[in-house]
Amino acid sequence: MGKHRELGLTDAEFGLIVEKLGREPNDVELAMFSLLWSEHCAYKHSRKLLRRLPTEGERVVMGPGENAGAVDVGNGYAVAFKVESHNHPSAVEPFQGAATGVGGILRDVFALGARPIAILDSLRFGELDSPRSRHLLDGAVRGIGHYGNSIGVPTVGGEICFEPPYEHNCLVNAMCVGLARTEEMVRAAAAGVGNAVVLMGAATGRDGIGGASVLASAELGDGDEAKRPTVQIGDPFEESKLLECCLELLGKGLLVSLQDLGAAGLTSSAAEMASAGGVGIDLDVAKVPLREADMEPFEIMVSESQERMLAVVEPAKVPAVLALCEKWQTGGAEIGVVTDSGRIRVLRGEALAGEMPVAALVDGCPLYDLDPGEPEGWIYGNEDVLAERVAAVAGEGTDRDDPRGVLLALLASPGVASKRWAFEQYDCLVGSRTVRRPEAADAAVLQLPEAGKAIAVSIDGNGRRVACDPHAGTVEAVLECAQNLACTGAEPLGLTNCLNFGNPEKPAPAWQLDRAVSGLAEACEALGVPVVGGNVSLYNEGPEGPIYPTPVVGMVGELPDPARTCGSAFAREGDAIGLLGPFAPSPAGSELTKLRGGLGKGLPQPDVVAVAAACAAVREAVRAGSLSSAHDVSDGGLACALAESAISGGLGCRVDARPLRERGCSPEEALFGEGPGGFLLSGEREALERLGAVLLGEVGGTTLALAAGDRSFSVDLDAAESAWRSLPSRVD
Amino acid sequence: MVWGVLQFPGSCDERDALRACSLLGEARLVWHEERDLGGIDAVVVPGGFSYGDYLRAGAIARFSPAMEAVAEFAAAGGSVLGICNGFQVLCEAGLLPGALLLNETRRFTCRQLELLTPRGGLSIPGKHGEGRYYAPEELLDELEARGQVAYRYAPGENPNGSARDIAGVRNEAGNVLGLMPHPEHAVDPLTGSTDGLKVFEDLAR
Repeated sequence: MGKHRELGLTDAEFGLIVEKLGREPNDVELAMFSLLWSEHCAYKHSRKLLRRLPTEGERVVMGPGENAGAVDVGNGYAVAFKVESHNHPSAVEPFQGAATGVGGILRDVFALGARPIAILDSLRFGELDSPRSRHLLDGAVRGIGHYGNSIGVPTVGGEICFEPPYEHNCLVNAMCVGLARTEEMVRAAAAGVGNAVVLMGAATGRDGIGGASVLASAELGDGDEAKRPTVQIGDPFEESKLLECCLELLGKGLLVSLQDLGAAGLTSSAAEMASAGGVGIDLDVAKVPLREADMEPFEIMVSESQERMLAVVEPAKVPAVLALCEKWQTGGAEIGVVTDSGRIRVLRGEALAGEMPVAALVDGCPLYDLDPGEPEGWIYGNEDVLAERVAAVAGEGTDRDDPRGVLLALLASPGVASKRWAFEQYDCLVGSRTVRRPEAADAAVLQLPEAGKAIAVSIDGNGRRVACDPHAGTVEAVLECAQNLACTGAEPLGLTNCLNFGNPEKPAPAWQLDRAVSGLAEACEALGVPVVGGNVSLYNEGPEGPIYPTPVVGMVGELPDPARTCGSAFAREGDAIGLLGPFAPSPAGSELTKLRGGLGKGLPQPDVVAVAAACAAVREAVRAGSLSSAHDVSDGGLACALAESAISGGLGCRVDARPLRERGCSPEEALFGEGPGGFLLSGEREALERLGAVLLGEVGGTTLALAAGDRSFSVDLDAAESAWRSLPSRVD
Repeated sequence: MVWGVLQFPGSCDERDALRACSLLGEARLVWHEERDLGGIDAVVVPGGFSYGDYLRAGAIARFSPAMEAVAEFAAAGGSVLGICNGFQVLCEAGLLPGALLLNETRRFTCRQLELLTPRGGLSIPGKHGEGRYYAPEELLDELEARGQVAYRYAPGENPNGSARDIAGVRNEAGNVLGLMPHPEHAVDPLTGSTDGLKVFEDLAR
């Protein structure tokens, strides 16, 4: 007794397994149960909450439960997409952790028969003055580049944030977008008793054993070094061959169903395929190609070796399948058969190594209610660093409240600063679809000539604001994504999300999770955007406590004409600058408040309906070609949004934020306050007026000349740019 | 004109090259195990990570059956264009002089680059981790003297520390051309510039 505890099962859960089997499990069975009943695989603390999310819509082709979600983009094509976390592996070994995170999400998408056409990443680290954070950032960025670049899928967007609560437990969320002919898409359900089960791709080794239970479903802490062997090693060349092989197999109609091997390896793939199809599967581990000859059945069943896929194939087609594996120089082995037993049977040759009902493995894990408890106050630290940050960019002796110094300090703040250092390490072009590259627009824009249109994709989240108010902060994350799409002229089709939270067995993270899911549901309902898939990553804590609650939202939208999209850079001297939308800037949760050490609970409640209306107006204006630039007002407020549009376009501006003063904002709130719903637009004055935008000034010159009522100041564009582009000096 | 675009396991940009070539004539993929280049007027060795770029970029691909055929094709005066990994393969195969080393920054870099050619400037993206052109000084002198330097990075644009800002070279006969930047990613105004078409035209020149 007690072995189940080492594997992460409670005594009660173990008792339930004994009850369902009618006997004690053997080692193979216990290993398999412990993985499928882990938080990572069973979603036992989140599944009940996730039922609140809207998942239906007329464009939905595949929803939650499949390897990835998919939406119809017309002309017989569908776009598949999903975001997934690889947080704990990345915290232990950032290069391989991030690389295999990308590899895993790619497999989820091509398992549907979709060719991956884009990757986006959402990354969180501690502050950059920590050597650990710099190490994790560098490793994760290199790992993402290593995998994505080598496999030939462009990394077109993403975000990177730096906050102290991620110091120990960084977040690496990767999103993949794929394109498929709808009629060629395949589901993961095993079907057809007597059909063969074929394992394709890399040989199975001892890497990643226990990844889902030991690593992904427990808090990080001392001794994480010892967990390195639970991190998998990625090989993008192997996956490149596997990807091409799978797509050719599906294109030729040779597969009944396909599933990737991710967390819990063969155990979860086989069990989930059997469960979805209402069948059983017999597997012979003696037929699994191995890297090491002496592996035990339980090791083979739980190995998380990368670059493997499991397919169900009609017996007559097995030779053709194996021949294509040969062509692509990837592994292919018939390792089992679909049965009508409703059981997973693990054999080694003739010997039975384990036998379990599929229903017990996949659906037998108890689902827990959370025990949420709202914390009294702000439960995270927050130091006042404004004076030193201002002095560093504007010179010693600069007053910490000097607006010029504050603007430069905000632009240089790693969360706001240009992430060019990172995205230049990624191939954003391969595939010839990228119409808007990273930082050229608020969302990446990809042309789909097959479907006669384009899509825009964005991934967003702001853990700090969610920490201030989990409900409102999560609504804002959805709104920011929708606003980013609107800036490119795109209308949202579907949403995927990754919920990164702390230990759900503790009251505060449980409360954050509960409130965040309700915010996600509310925002999606109000915008009419279905949630087509997602992932939950819990137990993200370090010795200092939980991470900021971090729901990350990925959204895909469509636009009719890739030539009619819009960038975020000012484009023309003399253009008018306007502000559109229900933007009510406040110091709550802002970047400036963070630098001041003033963070606390509470955010204003967003007006989702009004933001949705503004999104629609901007979207139509972009599609009509009546704007020169469109940029959502986000981190660092209006002043930073202006600086970003100006720096990107190489054009200054003269702006008076008086209209925000008239909405009751202080000068500082008008310039640096944050909140959802603001669009910064440039174009012809009449076009902006027609839209109902509030005019703030005009594009031109070589300075940012800003005023907010009675206060005015100006910053040279060059100085603003060198602050905004200062990330490399902080990292390298 | 019929273009053949090689496809190795691990190639990434072969479909992009195929699309670019299709704008200029007929184009088809040539699988790495094929030896028959019959009917093909020009060969493109595309970008990517052929055979995973294990050992060294391009080191394995040069031994493929298709590359043996390309060597014969080039020796017979056929036009060959190597892009990025294809440039590395052609250097490994000895069809082009010099070698490509790890970028000076030791990081993969993807950005739009300004190139200089004898016929004017080009704006074409580059994306690679091993693109630092190297050749001994005497060889560099000879290449320059014989006019084999086809493309240079404009001042301040060299992304990898290449010797003398060299972005691309020709062989002595002039029928084999290699460069690190990606002309096949500069053939559509929607995705950037169309200057890449000029590189394909340079090959035919």
